[in-house]
Amino acid sequence: MKSSRQTTIVAGVLLVACMAASVILLFKIDKMRTGATLEEVLYVSSPKALKRMSMGYDGLLADIYWTRAVQYFGGRHHAGAKDYNLLGPLLEITTTLDPKLIVAYQYGGNFLAPEPPNGAGMPQAAIELIHYGIQHNPDDWHLFYQLGFIYYMELKDYPRAAEAFARGGGIPGAHPWLKLLAAQMAERSQNIQTARMMWATTFETTNDKAIKYNAAAHLRALQADQDITGLEAAVGRYQQVTGHLPTSFGDLVSAGVLRGTPVDPLGNPYKLTRDGRVELRSPDDFPFVTKGLPPGYVPPEAPKVLPTD
Amino acid sequence: MNSRIGLIASNTFREAVRDRVLYNLIAFALLMSGASILVGQISIDIERLVVVNLGLTAVSLFGIVIAIFIGIGLVSKEIDRRTLYTVLSRPVRRWEFIVGKFVGLAGTLIVNTFFMAIGVFGALLYVSHHSQASDRWLFAALYFIVLQFLIITSLALLFSSFSSPLMSAVFAFSLFVVGSFAEDLRGFAGLTTGAVRWLATGAAYLVPNFSALNVITSVAHEQPVSGQLIAYNTAYALIYTTMALCGAVLIFERRNLK
Repeated sequence: MKSSRQTTIVAGVLLVACMAASVILLFKIDKMRTGATLEEVLYVSSPKALKRMSMGYDGLLADIYWTRAVQYFGGRHHAGAKDYNLLGPLLEITTTLDPKLIVAYQYGGNFLAPEPPNGAGMPQAAIELIHYGIQHNPDDWHLFYQLGFIYYMELKDYPRAAEAFARGGGIPGAHPWLKLLAAQMAERSQNIQTARMMWATTFETTNDKAIKYNAAAHLRALQADQDITGLEAAVGRYQQVTGHLPTSFGDLVSAGVLRGTPVDPLGNPYKLTRDGRVELRSPDDFPFVTKGLPPGYVPPEAPKVLPTD
Repeated sequence: MNSRIGLIASNTFREAVRDRVLYNLIAFALLMSGASILVGQISIDIERLVVVNLGLTAVSLFGIVIAIFIGIGLVSKEIDRRTLYTVLSRPVRRWEFIVGKFVGLAGTLIVNTFFMAIGVFGALLYVSHHSQASDRWLFAALYFIVLQFLIITSLALLFSSFSSPLMSAVFAFSLFVVGSFAEDLRGFAGLTTGAVRWLATGAAYLVPNFSALNVITSVAHEQPVSGQLIAYNTAYALIYTTMALCGAVLIFERRNLK
Protein backbone atom coordinates (compact mmCIF):
# COMPACT_ATOMS: atom_id res chain seq x y z
CA MET A 1 0.00 0.00 0.00
CA LYS A 2 2.86 2.27 0.89
CA SER A 3 4.56 1.47 -2.43
CA SER A 4 1.34 2.19 -4.34
CA ARG A 5 1.02 5.55 -2.61
CA GLN A 6 4.62 6.35 -3.50
CA THR A 7 3.95 5.47 -7.15
CA THR A 8 0.84 7.66 -7.15
CA ILE A 9 2.74 10.64 -5.78
CA VAL A 10 5.65 10.24 -8.22
CA ALA A 11 3.32 9.73 -11.19
CA GLY A 12 1.16 12.69 -10.14
CA VAL A 13 4.11 15.05 -9.77
CA LEU A 14 5.61 13.81 -13.03
CA LEU A 15 2.30 14.30 -14.81
CA VAL A 16 1.98 17.92 -13.71
CA ALA A 17 5.64 18.64 -14.51
CA CYS A 18 5.30 17.07 -17.96
CA MET A 19 2.13 19.03 -18.65
CA ALA A 20 3.90 22.30 -17.84
CA ALA A 21 6.96 21.30 -19.88
CA SER A 22 4.84 20.30 -22.89
CA VAL A 23 3.12 23.71 -22.91
CA ILE A 24 6.49 25.50 -22.78
CA LEU A 25 7.78 23.34 -25.63
CA LEU A 26 4.67 24.00 -27.70
CA PHE A 27 5.26 27.74 -27.34
CA LYS A 28 8.77 27.23 -28.69
CA ILE A 29 7.62 24.96 -31.54
CA ASP A 30 4.92 27.47 -32.51
CA LYS A 31 7.50 30.24 -32.64
CA MET A 32 9.59 28.15 -35.01
CA ARG A 33 6.74 27.14 -37.28
CA THR A 34 5.51 30.30 -38.92
CA GLY A 35 3.53 28.29 -41.49
CA ALA A 36 0.64 27.79 -39.11
CA THR A 37 -0.73 31.29 -39.44
CA LEU A 38 -3.80 32.81 -37.91
CA GLU A 39 -4.91 34.13 -41.29
CA GLU A 40 -5.05 30.60 -42.65
CA VAL A 41 -7.75 29.56 -40.22
CA LEU A 42 -9.83 32.68 -40.91
CA TYR A 43 -10.42 31.99 -44.59
CA VAL A 44 -12.45 28.93 -45.36
CA SER A 45 -12.69 28.58 -49.11
CA SER A 46 -12.95 25.26 -50.86
CA PRO A 47 -9.23 24.50 -51.39
CA LYS A 48 -8.41 25.53 -47.85
CA ALA A 49 -11.20 23.39 -46.43
CA LEU A 50 -9.77 20.52 -48.42
CA LYS A 51 -6.35 21.22 -47.00
CA ARG A 52 -7.77 20.88 -43.51
CA MET A 53 -9.59 17.69 -44.38
CA SER A 54 -6.31 16.24 -45.58
CA MET A 55 -5.17 16.17 -41.93
CA GLY A 56 -1.63 17.13 -42.74
CA TYR A 57 -1.37 14.71 -45.65
CA ASP A 58 -1.85 17.63 -48.02
CA GLY A 59 1.22 16.70 -50.07
CA LEU A 60 -0.33 13.41 -51.09
CA LEU A 61 -3.66 15.08 -51.84
CA ALA A 62 -1.90 17.73 -53.91
CA ASP A 63 -0.23 14.99 -55.97
CA ILE A 64 -3.64 13.44 -56.53
CA TYR A 65 -5.14 16.78 -57.62
CA TRP A 66 -2.18 17.55 -59.88
CA THR A 67 -2.63 14.16 -61.52
CA ARG A 68 -6.33 14.95 -61.93
CA ALA A 69 -5.47 18.31 -63.53
CA VAL A 70 -3.08 16.59 -65.96
CA GLN A 71 -5.65 13.92 -66.77
CA TYR A 72 -8.39 16.54 -67.22
CA PHE A 73 -6.32 18.75 -69.51
CA GLY A 74 -5.02 15.77 -71.48
CA GLY A 75 -8.51 14.38 -71.94
CA ARG A 76 -10.05 17.69 -73.01
CA HIS A 77 -7.13 18.50 -75.29
CA HIS A 78 -7.31 15.09 -76.92
CA ALA A 79 -11.05 15.60 -77.49
CA GLY A 80 -10.36 19.01 -79.14
CA ALA A 81 -12.41 20.80 -76.48
CA LYS A 82 -12.54 24.59 -76.39
CA ASP A 83 -13.43 25.02 -72.74
CA TYR A 84 -11.39 23.95 -69.75
CA ASN A 85 -13.64 25.17 -66.95
CA LEU A 86 -12.33 22.81 -64.30
CA LEU A 87 -8.66 23.42 -65.02
CA GLY A 88 -8.41 26.65 -63.01
CA PRO A 89 -10.05 25.24 -59.85
CA LEU A 90 -8.05 22.01 -60.09
CA LEU A 91 -4.79 23.93 -60.26
CA GLU A 92 -5.92 26.25 -57.48
CA ILE A 93 -6.66 23.29 -55.21
CA THR A 94 -3.40 21.60 -56.15
CA THR A 95 -1.28 24.63 -55.40
CA THR A 96 -3.19 25.52 -52.24
CA LEU A 97 -2.62 22.01 -50.94
CA ASP A 98 1.04 22.11 -51.89
CA PRO A 99 2.35 25.58 -52.73
CA LYS A 100 5.82 24.16 -53.38
CA LEU A 101 4.69 21.97 -56.27
CA ILE A 102 6.67 23.86 -58.93
CA VAL A 103 5.58 21.62 -61.81
CA ALA A 104 1.97 22.63 -61.19
CA TYR A 105 2.86 26.28 -61.89
CA GLN A 106 5.17 25.53 -64.80
CA TYR A 107 2.95 23.12 -66.70
CA GLY A 108 -0.25 24.59 -65.27
CA GLY A 109 0.68 27.99 -66.70
CA ASN A 110 1.29 26.35 -70.06
CA PHE A 111 -2.08 24.60 -69.91
CA LEU A 112 -3.99 27.75 -68.95
CA ALA A 113 -2.42 30.49 -71.07
CA PRO A 114 -2.48 29.49 -74.78
CA GLU A 115 -5.59 29.97 -76.86
CA PRO A 116 -7.75 26.86 -77.50
CA PRO A 117 -7.16 24.22 -78.74
CA ASN A 118 -3.60 24.45 -77.40
CA GLY A 119 -4.70 25.64 -73.97
CA ALA A 120 -7.53 27.04 -71.94
CA GLY A 121 -7.10 30.59 -73.31
CA MET A 122 -6.91 32.04 -69.81
CA PRO A 123 -3.60 33.94 -69.67
CA GLN A 124 -4.74 36.09 -66.72
CA ALA A 125 -5.56 32.96 -64.71
CA ALA A 126 -2.14 31.58 -65.65
CA ILE A 127 -0.48 34.79 -64.46
CA GLU A 128 -2.39 34.68 -61.16
CA LEU A 129 -1.36 31.06 -60.68
CA ILE A 130 2.30 31.85 -61.29
CA HIS A 131 2.18 34.91 -59.06
CA TYR A 132 0.83 32.62 -56.32
CA GLY A 133 3.71 30.27 -57.04
CA ILE A 134 6.25 33.10 -56.84
CA GLN A 135 4.76 34.24 -53.54
CA HIS A 136 5.49 30.81 -52.08
CA ASN A 137 8.68 30.08 -54.00
CA PRO A 138 10.40 33.45 -54.40
CA ASP A 139 13.77 31.82 -55.03
CA ASP A 140 12.73 29.75 -58.01
CA TRP A 141 13.70 31.50 -61.23
CA HIS A 142 11.72 29.05 -63.40
CA LEU A 143 8.50 30.71 -62.27
CA PHE A 144 9.70 34.17 -63.27
CA TYR A 145 10.74 32.75 -66.63
CA GLN A 146 7.29 31.21 -67.04
CA LEU A 147 5.66 34.51 -66.09
CA GLY A 148 7.76 36.50 -68.54
CA PHE A 149 7.08 33.93 -71.21
CA ILE A 150 3.30 34.28 -70.82
CA TYR A 151 3.48 38.09 -70.80
CA TYR A 152 5.57 37.99 -73.95
CA MET A 153 3.92 35.20 -75.93
CA GLU A 154 0.27 35.55 -74.97
CA LEU A 155 -0.19 39.17 -73.93
CA LYS A 156 2.63 40.93 -75.83
CA ASP A 157 3.16 42.92 -72.66
CA TYR A 158 6.86 43.68 -73.06
CA PRO A 159 7.39 45.87 -69.97
CA ARG A 160 5.89 43.20 -67.68
CA ALA A 161 7.79 40.45 -69.49
CA ALA A 162 10.99 42.42 -69.03
CA GLU A 163 10.23 42.88 -65.33
CA ALA A 164 9.57 39.17 -64.83
CA PHE A 165 12.73 38.10 -66.68
CA ALA A 166 14.79 40.67 -64.79
CA ARG A 167 13.49 39.48 -61.40
CA GLY A 168 14.12 35.85 -62.35
CA GLY A 169 17.57 36.67 -63.69
CA GLY A 170 18.51 38.21 -60.35
CA ILE A 171 17.96 34.92 -58.48
CA PRO A 172 21.18 33.04 -57.72
CA GLY A 173 21.53 30.04 -60.03
CA ALA A 174 19.10 31.44 -62.62
CA HIS A 175 19.77 30.68 -66.25
CA PRO A 176 22.01 33.41 -67.66
CA TRP A 177 19.71 34.02 -70.60
CA LEU A 178 17.04 35.50 -68.35
CA LYS A 179 18.96 38.74 -68.06
CA LEU A 180 19.36 38.88 -71.82
CA LEU A 181 15.66 38.25 -72.30
CA ALA A 182 14.85 40.99 -69.84
CA ALA A 183 16.91 43.52 -71.72
CA GLN A 184 15.48 42.44 -75.06
CA MET A 185 11.95 42.87 -73.71
CA ALA A 186 12.83 46.33 -72.44
CA GLU A 187 14.17 47.29 -75.86
CA ARG A 188 10.97 46.14 -77.47
CA SER A 189 9.04 48.18 -74.97
CA GLN A 190 11.06 51.15 -76.22
CA ASN A 191 12.19 52.06 -72.75
CA ILE A 192 15.86 52.82 -73.42
CA GLN A 193 16.78 53.60 -69.82
CA THR A 194 15.41 50.27 -68.57
CA ALA A 195 17.09 48.41 -71.40
CA ARG A 196 20.39 50.17 -70.69
CA MET A 197 20.12 49.28 -67.00
CA MET A 198 19.31 45.66 -67.73
CA TRP A 199 22.08 45.24 -70.28
CA ALA A 200 24.55 46.93 -67.92
CA THR A 201 23.51 44.54 -65.13
CA THR A 202 23.93 41.63 -67.49
CA PHE A 203 27.34 42.90 -68.52
CA GLU A 204 28.49 43.35 -64.95
CA THR A 205 27.14 40.15 -63.45
CA THR A 206 27.80 37.55 -66.12
CA ASN A 207 30.94 35.47 -66.29
CA ASP A 208 30.09 34.14 -69.72
CA LYS A 209 32.17 35.83 -72.46
CA ALA A 210 29.59 35.48 -75.21
CA ILE A 211 26.90 37.00 -73.00
CA LYS A 212 29.26 39.83 -71.99
CA TYR A 213 30.05 40.65 -75.64
CA ASN A 214 26.40 40.52 -76.50
CA ALA A 215 25.49 42.84 -73.61
CA ALA A 216 28.25 45.28 -74.63
CA ALA A 217 26.98 45.31 -78.22
CA HIS A 218 23.47 46.10 -76.99
CA LEU A 219 24.77 48.85 -74.70
CA ARG A 220 26.72 50.39 -77.62
CA ALA A 221 23.62 50.21 -79.82
CA LEU A 222 21.50 51.91 -77.15
CA GLN A 223 24.13 54.62 -76.72
CA ALA A 224 24.35 55.16 -80.49
CA ASP A 225 20.56 55.37 -80.77
CA GLN A 226 20.46 57.97 -78.00
CA ASP A 227 23.43 59.94 -79.49
CA ILE A 228 21.92 60.04 -82.96
CA THR A 229 18.53 61.17 -81.63
CA GLY A 230 20.23 63.97 -79.73
CA LEU A 231 22.47 64.98 -82.68
CA GLU A 232 19.56 65.10 -85.10
CA ALA A 233 17.69 67.28 -82.63
CA ALA A 234 20.75 69.57 -82.50
CA VAL A 235 20.78 69.75 -86.30
CA GLY A 236 17.10 70.72 -86.18
CA ARG A 237 17.80 73.49 -83.67
CA TYR A 238 20.70 74.77 -85.85
CA GLN A 239 18.44 74.85 -88.89
CA GLN A 240 15.78 76.76 -86.96
CA VAL A 241 18.29 79.42 -85.94
CA THR A 242 20.25 79.77 -89.22
CA GLY A 243 17.63 78.81 -91.74
CA HIS A 244 19.84 76.17 -93.37
CA LEU A 245 21.31 72.76 -92.64
CA PRO A 246 24.88 72.47 -91.34
CA THR A 247 27.47 71.09 -93.80
CA SER A 248 29.52 69.46 -91.04
CA PHE A 249 29.57 69.00 -87.27
CA GLY A 250 32.13 71.86 -87.27
CA ASP A 251 29.25 74.25 -88.05
CA LEU A 252 27.39 73.02 -84.98
CA VAL A 253 30.50 73.42 -82.80
CA SER A 254 31.07 76.96 -84.15
CA ALA A 255 27.46 77.83 -83.42
CA GLY A 256 27.87 76.54 -79.84
CA VAL A 257 25.30 73.78 -80.29
CA LEU A 258 27.93 71.06 -79.75
CA ARG A 259 31.11 71.11 -77.68
CA GLY A 260 33.15 69.01 -80.12
CA THR A 261 32.97 66.52 -82.97
CA PRO A 262 30.74 63.70 -81.76
CA VAL A 263 32.03 60.14 -81.87
CA ASP A 264 30.17 56.84 -81.67
CA PRO A 265 30.68 54.39 -78.73
CA LEU A 266 33.57 52.76 -80.65
CA GLY A 267 35.34 56.12 -81.03
CA ASN A 268 34.58 56.71 -84.73
CA PRO A 269 33.13 60.13 -85.66
CA TYR A 270 29.49 60.19 -86.69
CA LYS A 271 28.73 61.14 -90.29
CA LEU A 272 26.47 64.11 -91.06
CA THR A 273 24.69 63.71 -94.42
CA ARG A 274 23.68 66.54 -96.73
CA ASP A 275 20.05 66.13 -95.82
CA GLY A 276 20.83 66.63 -92.12
CA ARG A 277 20.71 62.98 -91.03
CA VAL A 278 23.31 61.52 -88.70
CA GLU A 279 24.76 58.14 -89.70
CA LEU A 280 27.18 55.60 -88.31
CA ARG A 281 30.43 55.22 -90.26
CA SER A 282 30.56 51.46 -89.67
CA PRO A 283 27.01 50.25 -89.05
CA ASP A 284 28.14 46.60 -89.21
CA ASP A 285 29.84 47.15 -85.85
CA PHE A 286 26.45 48.01 -84.31
CA PRO A 287 24.28 44.95 -84.98
CA PHE A 288 21.42 46.01 -82.65
CA VAL A 289 21.22 49.71 -83.55
CA THR A 290 17.91 51.09 -84.84
CA LYS A 291 19.03 54.61 -85.90
CA GLY A 292 21.85 56.06 -88.02
CA LEU A 293 21.71 53.38 -90.68
CA PRO A 294 22.33 54.41 -94.31
CA PRO A 295 19.26 54.14 -96.57
CA GLY A 296 18.91 50.63 -97.98
CA TYR A 297 21.40 49.25 -95.49
CA VAL A 298 21.36 45.41 -95.33
CA PRO A 299 22.87 44.01 -92.14
CA PRO A 300 25.19 40.99 -92.37
CA GLU A 301 23.50 37.61 -91.89
CA ALA A 302 25.53 36.88 -88.77
CA PRO A 303 25.56 39.89 -86.45
CA LYS A 304 29.04 41.15 -85.79
CA VAL A 305 29.53 41.13 -82.01
CA LEU A 306 32.85 42.71 -81.15
CA PRO A 307 34.92 41.64 -78.14
CA THR A 308 34.64 44.22 -75.44
CA ASP A 309 37.33 45.89 -73.43
CA MET B 1 15.87 -1.12 -17.88
CA ASN B 2 14.09 -2.87 -15.06
CA SER B 3 14.18 -6.61 -15.93
CA ARG B 4 10.47 -7.03 -15.14
CA ILE B 5 9.60 -4.24 -17.55
CA GLY B 6 11.86 -5.86 -20.13
CA LEU B 7 10.12 -9.22 -19.75
CA ILE B 8 6.66 -7.68 -20.10
CA ALA B 9 7.88 -5.69 -23.11
CA SER B 10 9.33 -8.73 -24.86
CA ASN B 11 6.15 -10.71 -24.21
CA THR B 12 4.07 -7.86 -25.64
CA PHE B 13 6.30 -7.77 -28.73
CA ARG B 14 6.01 -11.56 -29.19
CA GLU B 15 2.26 -11.40 -28.75
CA ALA B 16 1.96 -8.66 -31.38
CA VAL B 17 4.02 -10.73 -33.82
CA ARG B 18 1.85 -13.80 -33.07
CA ASP B 19 -1.21 -11.64 -33.73
CA ARG B 20 0.16 -11.21 -37.28
CA VAL B 21 0.54 -7.46 -36.83
CA LEU B 22 3.55 -7.45 -39.14
CA TYR B 23 1.37 -8.82 -41.96
CA ASN B 24 0.59 -5.18 -42.74
CA LEU B 25 4.07 -5.08 -44.28
CA ILE B 26 2.81 -7.20 -47.18
CA ALA B 27 0.06 -4.68 -47.94
CA PHE B 28 2.60 -1.88 -47.61
CA ALA B 29 5.04 -3.60 -49.99
CA LEU B 30 2.27 -4.06 -52.56
CA LEU B 31 1.23 -0.41 -52.20
CA MET B 32 4.75 0.91 -52.66
CA SER B 33 5.68 -1.29 -55.62
CA GLY B 34 2.34 -0.58 -57.33
CA ALA B 35 2.71 3.17 -56.83
CA SER B 36 6.31 3.21 -58.06
CA ILE B 37 5.42 1.45 -61.30
CA LEU B 38 2.13 3.20 -62.01
CA VAL B 39 2.77 6.80 -61.06
CA GLY B 40 5.26 7.51 -63.85
CA GLN B 41 2.63 6.48 -66.38
CA ILE B 42 -0.27 8.59 -65.14
CA SER B 43 1.27 11.90 -64.13
CA ILE B 44 4.04 14.35 -64.99
CA ASP B 45 7.31 14.71 -63.17
CA ILE B 46 6.15 13.81 -59.66
CA GLU B 47 7.31 10.19 -59.36
CA ARG B 48 9.67 10.95 -56.49
CA LEU B 49 7.12 13.21 -54.79
CA VAL B 50 4.40 10.57 -54.94
CA VAL B 51 6.66 7.83 -53.62
CA VAL B 52 7.79 10.00 -50.70
CA ASN B 53 4.31 11.35 -49.93
CA LEU B 54 2.53 8.04 -50.35
CA GLY B 55 5.25 6.03 -48.62
CA LEU B 56 5.56 8.21 -45.53
CA THR B 57 1.79 8.72 -45.30
CA ALA B 58 1.29 4.93 -45.41
CA VAL B 59 4.00 4.40 -42.77
CA SER B 60 2.27 6.94 -40.56
CA LEU B 61 -1.30 5.69 -41.03
CA PHE B 62 -0.46 1.98 -40.79
CA GLY B 63 1.46 2.66 -37.58
CA ILE B 64 -1.27 4.84 -36.08
CA VAL B 65 -3.89 2.16 -36.76
CA ILE B 66 -1.67 -0.54 -35.21
CA ALA B 67 -0.82 1.67 -32.22
CA ILE B 68 -4.50 2.37 -31.53
CA PHE B 69 -5.94 -1.07 -32.10
CA ILE B 70 -3.20 -3.00 -30.33
CA GLY B 71 -2.75 -0.33 -27.66
CA ILE B 72 -6.39 -0.36 -26.54
CA GLY B 73 -6.29 -4.12 -25.98
CA LEU B 74 -3.08 -4.23 -24.02
CA VAL B 75 -4.77 -3.95 -20.63
CA SER B 76 -8.31 -5.11 -21.34
CA LYS B 77 -7.18 -8.34 -23.01
CA GLU B 78 -5.09 -9.25 -20.00
CA ILE B 79 -8.10 -8.64 -17.75
CA ASP B 80 -10.48 -10.62 -19.99
CA ARG B 81 -8.10 -13.57 -20.17
CA ARG B 82 -7.37 -13.19 -16.46
CA THR B 83 -3.64 -13.33 -17.18
CA LEU B 84 -3.27 -9.94 -15.49
CA TYR B 85 -3.97 -11.50 -12.10
CA THR B 86 -1.21 -14.05 -12.66
CA VAL B 87 1.21 -11.28 -13.59
CA LEU B 88 0.30 -9.00 -10.69
CA SER B 89 0.40 -11.87 -8.17
CA ARG B 90 4.12 -12.01 -8.89
CA PRO B 91 6.47 -9.24 -7.71
CA VAL B 92 5.43 -6.97 -10.55
CA ARG B 93 4.13 -3.50 -9.78
CA ARG B 94 1.23 -2.06 -11.71
CA TRP B 95 3.28 0.78 -13.11
CA GLU B 96 5.86 -1.72 -14.36
CA PHE B 97 3.10 -3.58 -16.16
CA ILE B 98 1.92 -0.37 -17.88
CA VAL B 99 5.44 0.75 -18.82
CA GLY B 100 6.38 -2.77 -20.01
CA LYS B 101 3.30 -2.94 -22.21
CA PHE B 102 4.13 0.48 -23.66
CA VAL B 103 7.75 -0.43 -24.39
CA GLY B 104 6.69 -3.71 -26.04
CA LEU B 105 4.22 -2.06 -28.39
CA ALA B 106 6.59 0.84 -29.12
CA GLY B 107 9.25 -1.74 -30.04
CA THR B 108 6.80 -3.52 -32.36
CA LEU B 109 6.01 -0.23 -34.08
CA ILE B 110 9.68 0.70 -34.45
CA VAL B 111 10.48 -2.68 -36.05
CA ASN B 112 7.46 -2.28 -38.32
CA THR B 113 8.56 1.24 -39.28
CA PHE B 114 12.09 0.01 -39.97
CA PHE B 115 10.86 -2.50 -42.56
CA MET B 116 8.46 0.04 -44.09
CA ALA B 117 11.30 2.56 -44.34
CA ILE B 118 13.32 0.01 -46.30
CA GLY B 119 10.31 -0.28 -48.63
CA VAL B 120 10.10 3.51 -49.07
CA PHE B 121 13.81 3.85 -49.84
CA GLY B 122 13.64 0.85 -52.21
CA ALA B 123 10.74 2.41 -54.13
CA LEU B 124 12.53 5.75 -54.18
CA LEU B 125 15.64 4.16 -55.61
CA TYR B 126 13.48 2.46 -58.24
CA VAL B 127 11.88 5.69 -59.47
CA SER B 128 14.92 8.03 -59.09
CA HIS B 129 17.64 5.49 -60.03
CA HIS B 130 19.97 7.17 -57.54
CA SER B 131 20.00 8.50 -54.02
CA GLN B 132 20.52 12.19 -53.28
CA ALA B 133 21.71 14.25 -50.34
CA SER B 134 18.21 15.49 -49.52
CA ASP B 135 17.06 11.89 -48.93
CA ARG B 136 18.52 12.16 -45.45
CA TRP B 137 15.60 14.38 -44.44
CA LEU B 138 13.37 11.35 -44.95
CA PHE B 139 15.01 9.91 -41.85
CA ALA B 140 13.88 12.98 -39.92
CA ALA B 141 10.31 12.52 -41.20
CA LEU B 142 10.40 8.82 -40.28
CA TYR B 143 11.78 9.71 -36.86
CA PHE B 144 8.93 12.17 -36.31
CA ILE B 145 6.47 9.45 -37.33
CA VAL B 146 7.96 7.16 -34.68
CA LEU B 147 7.52 10.00 -32.15
CA GLN B 148 3.85 10.19 -33.19
CA PHE B 149 3.56 6.45 -32.51
CA LEU B 150 4.98 6.87 -29.02
CA ILE B 151 2.40 9.53 -28.19
CA ILE B 152 -0.55 7.67 -29.66
CA THR B 153 0.48 4.38 -28.00
CA SER B 154 0.68 6.06 -24.61
CA LEU B 155 -2.72 7.65 -25.19
CA ALA B 156 -4.25 4.32 -26.20
CA LEU B 157 -2.85 2.83 -22.99
CA LEU B 158 -4.20 5.75 -20.97
CA PHE B 159 -7.72 5.31 -22.35
CA SER B 160 -7.63 1.53 -22.05
CA SER B 161 -6.74 1.87 -18.39
CA PHE B 162 -10.25 3.12 -17.58
CA SER B 163 -12.46 2.55 -20.62
CA SER B 164 -13.74 -0.22 -22.87
CA PRO B 165 -11.66 -1.13 -25.96
CA LEU B 166 -14.18 0.38 -28.35
CA MET B 167 -14.40 3.68 -26.51
CA SER B 168 -10.64 3.74 -26.08
CA ALA B 169 -10.22 3.39 -29.85
CA VAL B 170 -12.68 6.21 -30.44
CA PHE B 171 -10.96 8.47 -27.91
CA ALA B 172 -7.46 7.74 -29.23
CA PHE B 173 -8.42 8.21 -32.87
CA SER B 174 -10.32 11.41 -32.06
CA LEU B 175 -7.29 12.79 -30.26
CA PHE B 176 -5.14 11.90 -33.26
CA VAL B 177 -7.48 13.84 -35.57
CA VAL B 178 -7.73 16.79 -33.18
CA GLY B 179 -3.97 16.73 -32.64
CA SER B 180 -3.41 16.96 -36.38
CA PHE B 181 -5.20 20.32 -36.23
CA ALA B 182 -3.42 21.38 -33.05
CA GLU B 183 -1.84 24.46 -34.63
CA ASP B 184 -5.20 25.58 -36.03
CA LEU B 185 -6.79 25.01 -32.64
CA ARG B 186 -4.28 27.30 -31.00
CA GLY B 187 -5.01 29.84 -33.72
CA PHE B 188 -8.75 29.61 -33.02
CA ALA B 189 -8.11 29.93 -29.30
CA GLY B 190 -6.23 33.15 -29.97
CA LEU B 191 -9.37 34.64 -31.54
CA THR B 192 -11.56 34.16 -28.47
CA THR B 193 -11.80 36.47 -25.46
CA GLY B 194 -12.33 36.26 -21.70
CA ALA B 195 -12.89 32.94 -19.93
CA VAL B 196 -13.54 31.16 -23.21
CA ARG B 197 -10.07 32.15 -24.29
CA TRP B 198 -8.52 30.57 -21.21
CA LEU B 199 -10.54 27.39 -21.67
CA ALA B 200 -9.87 27.17 -25.40
CA THR B 201 -6.17 27.89 -24.98
CA GLY B 202 -5.90 25.30 -22.21
CA ALA B 203 -7.61 22.68 -24.35
CA ALA B 204 -5.52 23.60 -27.38
CA TYR B 205 -2.31 23.10 -25.42
CA LEU B 206 -3.47 19.89 -23.80
CA VAL B 207 -4.16 17.97 -27.02
CA PRO B 208 -1.10 16.30 -28.56
CA ASN B 209 0.58 18.45 -31.18
CA PHE B 210 0.77 16.09 -34.15
CA SER B 211 0.95 18.88 -36.74
CA ALA B 212 4.55 19.79 -35.85
CA LEU B 213 5.46 16.10 -36.13
CA ASN B 214 4.27 15.90 -39.71
CA VAL B 215 7.00 17.09 -42.10
CA ILE B 216 6.15 14.70 -44.93
CA THR B 217 5.28 17.41 -47.46
CA SER B 218 8.36 19.50 -46.77
CA VAL B 219 10.80 16.57 -47.01
CA ALA B 220 9.05 15.45 -50.20
CA HIS B 221 10.15 18.84 -51.57
CA GLU B 222 13.67 18.25 -50.31
CA GLN B 223 13.32 20.95 -47.66
CA PRO B 224 15.66 20.44 -44.71
CA VAL B 225 14.37 19.82 -41.20
CA SER B 226 16.08 22.03 -38.64
CA GLY B 227 18.03 20.43 -35.82
CA GLN B 228 16.16 22.68 -33.41
CA LEU B 229 12.81 21.31 -34.53
CA ILE B 230 14.14 17.75 -34.15
CA ALA B 231 15.31 18.57 -30.62
CA TYR B 232 12.06 20.29 -29.62
CA ASN B 233 9.87 17.60 -31.14
CA THR B 234 11.89 14.87 -29.44
CA ALA B 235 11.60 16.59 -26.08
CA TYR B 236 7.91 17.29 -26.62
CA ALA B 237 7.05 13.72 -27.68
CA LEU B 238 8.96 12.19 -24.77
CA ILE B 239 7.39 14.59 -22.28
CA TYR B 240 3.88 14.08 -23.66
CA THR B 241 4.34 10.31 -23.68
CA THR B 242 5.58 10.38 -20.08
CA MET B 243 2.59 12.55 -19.15
CA ALA B 244 0.08 10.11 -20.72
CA LEU B 245 1.84 7.13 -19.15
CA CYS B 246 1.75 8.85 -15.75
CA GLY B 247 -2.00 9.33 -16.24
CA ALA B 248 -2.37 5.65 -17.14
CA VAL B 249 -0.32 4.60 -14.11
CA LEU B 250 -2.32 6.85 -11.78
CA ILE B 251 -5.63 5.39 -12.98
CA PHE B 252 -4.39 1.80 -13.11
CA GLU B 253 -2.93 2.05 -9.60
CA ARG B 254 -6.36 2.95 -8.22
CA ARG B 255 -8.35 0.59 -10.39
CA ASN B 256 -10.22 -2.16 -8.58
CA LEU B 257 -9.37 -5.36 -10.42
CA LYS B 258 -11.42 -7.69 -8.23
